[in-house]
Amino acid sequence: MSPKRLIARLDIKGNRLVKGIHLEGWRFLPKHPNEYCYEYYQHGIDEIIYMDAVASLYNRDSIKEIIRKTTENVFIPITVGGGIRSVENAYEILRSGADKVAICSQAVKTPGIISEVAGKFGNQCMVLSIQAKKNVEGRYEVWYDVARERTEMNVIEWAVKGEELGAGEILLTSVDAEGMEKGMDLELISRVSEAVSIPVIASGGLARPEDFVKAVASGADAVAVAKALHYGKVNIEDIKNKAAENGISTR
Amino acid sequence: MGKEVSIIDYGMSNLLSISRAFEHVGATVHIIEKPEEVRNADYLVLPGVGAFPDGMKELEARNLVGPIQEYAASGRPLMGVCLGMQMLLTRGFEYIETNGLGLIKGEVLPLPRDMKGFKVPNINWHRTYDPGKGNWKDSIFRETENGACFYFVHSYYAKPDHEEDVLATSQFGDLVFAAAVKRNNVSGTQFHPEKSGDAGLELLKNFMDT
Repeated sequence: MSPKRLIARLDIKGNRLVKGIHLEGWRFLPKHPNEYCYEYYQHGIDEIIYMDAVASLYNRDSIKEIIRKTTENVFIPITVGGGIRSVENAYEILRSGADKVAICSQAVKTPGIISEVAGKFGNQCMVLSIQAKKNVEGRYEVWYDVARERTEMNVIEWAVKGEELGAGEILLTSVDAEGMEKGMDLELISRVSEAVSIPVIASGGLARPEDFVKAVASGADAVAVAKALHYGKVNIEDIKNKAAENGISTR
Repeated sequence: MGKEVSIIDYGMSNLLSISRAFEHVGATVHIIEKPEEVRNADYLVLPGVGAFPDGMKELEARNLVGPIQEYAASGRPLMGVCLGMQMLLTRGFEYIETNGLGLIKGEVLPLPRDMKGFKVPNINWHRTYDPGKGNWKDSIFRETENGACFYFVHSYYAKPDHEEDVLATSQFGDLVFAAAVKRNNVSGTQFHPEKSGDAGLELLKNFMDT
C-alpha cells in the first residue's frame, strides 16, 4: 500500500480561520490562520488546504497574503480553493505561493476550466473539489457555491468526468458529515475511490484517529482534518500513531 | 551575506517556494534567466514543474541549454528539482521523444499504471533510501537519515543508464526508481526538497555547502 497523507484543512473568511457545520454557520477561531498553519507544520502535518469560504464576497487579497506568509515558514505543499473562476485566478493563487488550486463551483458551471488549468499548469496542480450530499433516494449529488446550490449531477459520474478532463486529484467533501464530528462518510469515499484512478482526498467528519484509518480502508489516498484539529480534539501525532498501529504508512 | 544561489526562471514553475526555502537556510537568491547569468552563477538550480518537451523548449527559447551544459562542465554545483532533474538526463518520453540536457546518461519514462494502490500522478511522501553505492555520504544527502520522507509530485521518472548515478531510491509499487541522481557536481531530486519540511531544507543547505 502506498503511504497516506494527513492534510489540515483551514476554511478562511477574510483573514480569519472559521469552522462551520455542513459548510455554513461559520464560527471564528481565535488565532490567525498562519499561526494554526505553522503549528500544524511543526507537528508533522503533510499538507495544507486553505479554502476561501466566502471568496465571492471578500477581497481576494487577504487569502493571497495568507498564502504568501505561509511560504515564509511552512515548507510543505499548499492547496488553495474558493472562488477560482479562471486560469488567471488560478495563476494569481499559484504565484502567491500555492502549489495546487482546488476548483468547485466554476468546474460545475464550465467543466472546461479543469482542462484549461491542467493544460496550463499540469494536472498535478488541478484539484477538483466536489461537495457531495446524499439525497433522499440515497444518491450522492454534487452541490456547489459552498453547498448552497444544488445540481442533479451524480457525484461518482462527476468525479470520473473530472479525471477525464485532466484533474490530478479529487478533494471530496461530504457536506453531510462536515463539522458533525461523527466520523466520515465511508460509503462516499469508497464509491468515488473505486471509480477514479487519481488520488482522492477525503474531507468532512474526522473526529478521532480511527476515522483516518477507516477512510484509508475505504480507499482514501489522503484525509483532511479540520474542526477536530482546530479545536484540539485530535492531534496529528495520535492520528499518525493510530495509522502505524494499523499498518498504514505515513510520513 | 549567505551563499549566492541562482535559480533559473524559464517560465515553468512557481519560484516563490524554492526561493523562500533557500533563503530560510541562509542563501541569497537570484532569479535568473539570461545565458550570462547562468555562466556566472556560483550555485545553480534548475527547478520546474510541467512537461519535459515544454521545459526543453523554454530553455532553448532562452538560449540556456548551452550555458547550462558549460556551467556543469566547469565543475560548479548544479541541482535540478523535479522536471529540472528529469531534464538533466539524455532523453524524455513525455508525449514525444525529446532530448534533454544530457548531463546524466539515461532516460525519463512514464510511471507504470498497473501498480495496485499506487496512482499516477504520484502525489505523495515517500521514504527514500541509500542505494549503497557509496555516494550518499558525499552528497546533498550526507546528513539525511536513510529512509527519510520527501514529497513527490510526478508522472514520469528518471532511469539513469549507470546505476552509480542513482543517488537515492524510492518505491512506487514494485518499481524501485531514482528519487535522486548525481554525477560529479551535478545532482537532482525527483521530489521537492522545498516542500519536504526539515528533511528537504537540510538537503538545500547541504547543496550550498558543497
